[in-house]
Amino acid sequence: MRTALTPVVVSERPELRLVTAVAKKEIADAVRSKWFWLWAGAFAVLAAILASSALPGSQVAGYGSFGRTAASLVALAQIIIPLMGLTLGAYSLAGQRETGALRFLMSHPISRTEAFWGTYIGLSTALFATVFGGFGIAGVLTAIQGGSADAASFVRIAILSWLLAIAMLGVGLLISTFTRSGSSAIGTSIFVWLGLVFLGDLGVMGTAVATNLPVSALFFSAVLNPVEAFRLAALTAFDGSLDVLGPAGQYAVDRFGTGLDAMLLGVVALWVIVPTAIAWFRFSRGGDL
Amino acid sequence: MITITDVTKRYGKTAVVDGFNLTVASGESVALWGPNGAGKTTVVRCLLGLVSYEGEITVNGADARRQGKAVRSQMGYVPQELSFYDAMKVIDLLDYSASLRRIGSERVDEVIEIVGLADHIDKRVSELSGGLKQRLGIASALLPDPPILLLDEPTSNLDARARDHAIGILEELRHEGRTLIVTSHHIEEVGMLVDRVVAMEQGKITVECDPTDLAEELGLRAWLHLILANGAAVTALDVLRTAGFEAKMNSRGVLVEVSAQGKGEAVAALHEAGVVIDDLEVWR
Repeated sequence: MRTALTPVVVSERPELRLVTAVAKKEIADAVRSKWFWLWAGAFAVLAAILASSALPGSQVAGYGSFGRTAASLVALAQIIIPLMGLTLGAYSLAGQRETGALRFLMSHPISRTEAFWGTYIGLSTALFATVFGGFGIAGVLTAIQGGSADAASFVRIAILSWLLAIAMLGVGLLISTFTRSGSSAIGTSIFVWLGLVFLGDLGVMGTAVATNLPVSALFFSAVLNPVEAFRLAALTAFDGSLDVLGPAGQYAVDRFGTGLDAMLLGVVALWVIVPTAIAWFRFSRGGDL
Repeated sequence: MITITDVTKRYGKTAVVDGFNLTVASGESVALWGPNGAGKTTVVRCLLGLVSYEGEITVNGADARRQGKAVRSQMGYVPQELSFYDAMKVIDLLDYSASLRRIGSERVDEVIEIVGLADHIDKRVSELSGGLKQRLGIASALLPDPPILLLDEPTSNLDARARDHAIGILEELRHEGRTLIVTSHHIEEVGMLVDRVVAMEQGKITVECDPTDLAEELGLRAWLHLILANGAAVTALDVLRTAGFEAKMNSRGVLVEVSAQGKGEAVAALHEAGVVIDDLEVWR
């Protein structure tokens, strides 16, 4: 007969082991998920096709074979990776809330902060595997074809792509804290993706034409968009300048000089930190699950 | 001891739990009983810190709002249905739950034995029947050998056999001296599992009583549908009405209104009058 309770000593402070446990579970879920393999497979296959179609030694639009492969990969990454990060993040908390999995998780002695960062780290790791898998395949194919692959630039673009992925993951998680169902979270994330990838670009261009926007304003408007900041940072990685972008690129080089890289990286980093921090704040302050 | 003091939970302007007060002693077994929407599950969610609320909840002195981890470390929670983690294997789900509680694999093996899941550990959760899922929920809740168990409608989605098995496990847990809080809208199950029933309606406590007194306290009525031998219906109707029951003809026999605890009286009256009852059903 149980008559006396054993005193339980539990720390209310965040514990790394709990964050790790949730992260491991998220990684295992990603490996089991058909969506993860669909994304990873699509990215790897498209990257491989782009790398294979680069002709060694040719010069097109100012880029050598590596440059063209890299430019193509950047174009691919700026479309696929935001969608991947946004949908993954948006569905994670909202989907778990909808099915009751989040309530089951939070019935354990774990804090919301631990659950949130475990989820974030797990999904970030899954995205790391996807991005580096795709870039790895493309890099190997480029090297096999004798492309003058600049490994450092290639790795830098891959890292930038991953940063874009986790920035979008943060935005997705933020969406997740506002939505009750998985389907509305996915729907919202697709709208955000359209806004960032297509409408943002068109909007800036349209505004520039309609209002005779100065070059500096045009540049800053574009750079506020994380996808655009990623694209510019990636282009400087293998070309060293933004001359190919015309006046806005020329303005950026003249205005920021050698600090351009740091500025672009800073914008991407802000997009990694700010939405995730707001999502964490919203999730951890104790709303209904 | 669990103390719930003046807890109110609102969704918009609607209070689904309204000024709720309850004290549950260590080792006591209490049922929150009431219709769907009465606020039973919300009380459990408040205890677990899954929803925000006004008021105060303490569990063995720990504040559920500020010391959520300490409170939850003393509790095992069995959800109404394990309708998630479908792709996970049973053993992986239990290992995950154990890793969140710093519990070793020996204890996982133990609870698998306790609930009788040994033959199913390599199955995916989606492959389990409702009864096996319920056992899995109980297994996960038992991992930390918790002094308190919260069971949300533990038998609601089960067939008769699975329900009997689940109730058997829960009765054993009750006799071990654990504190049980069970939500249910099945009055029969409530009686078997608990020392005290707290009846709820629209977020408030309407009655607190011994389980055997609940039907009487609430004035619950039931209908007995009696299937009778050919030609016996008219006689049965006379006998029942003479004995003070409200009864009426039904295409397959007679319907008689009885108190929830007084079904036998109607049957006994017919038996004494020599009316043969072929079969009967209870309608609520």
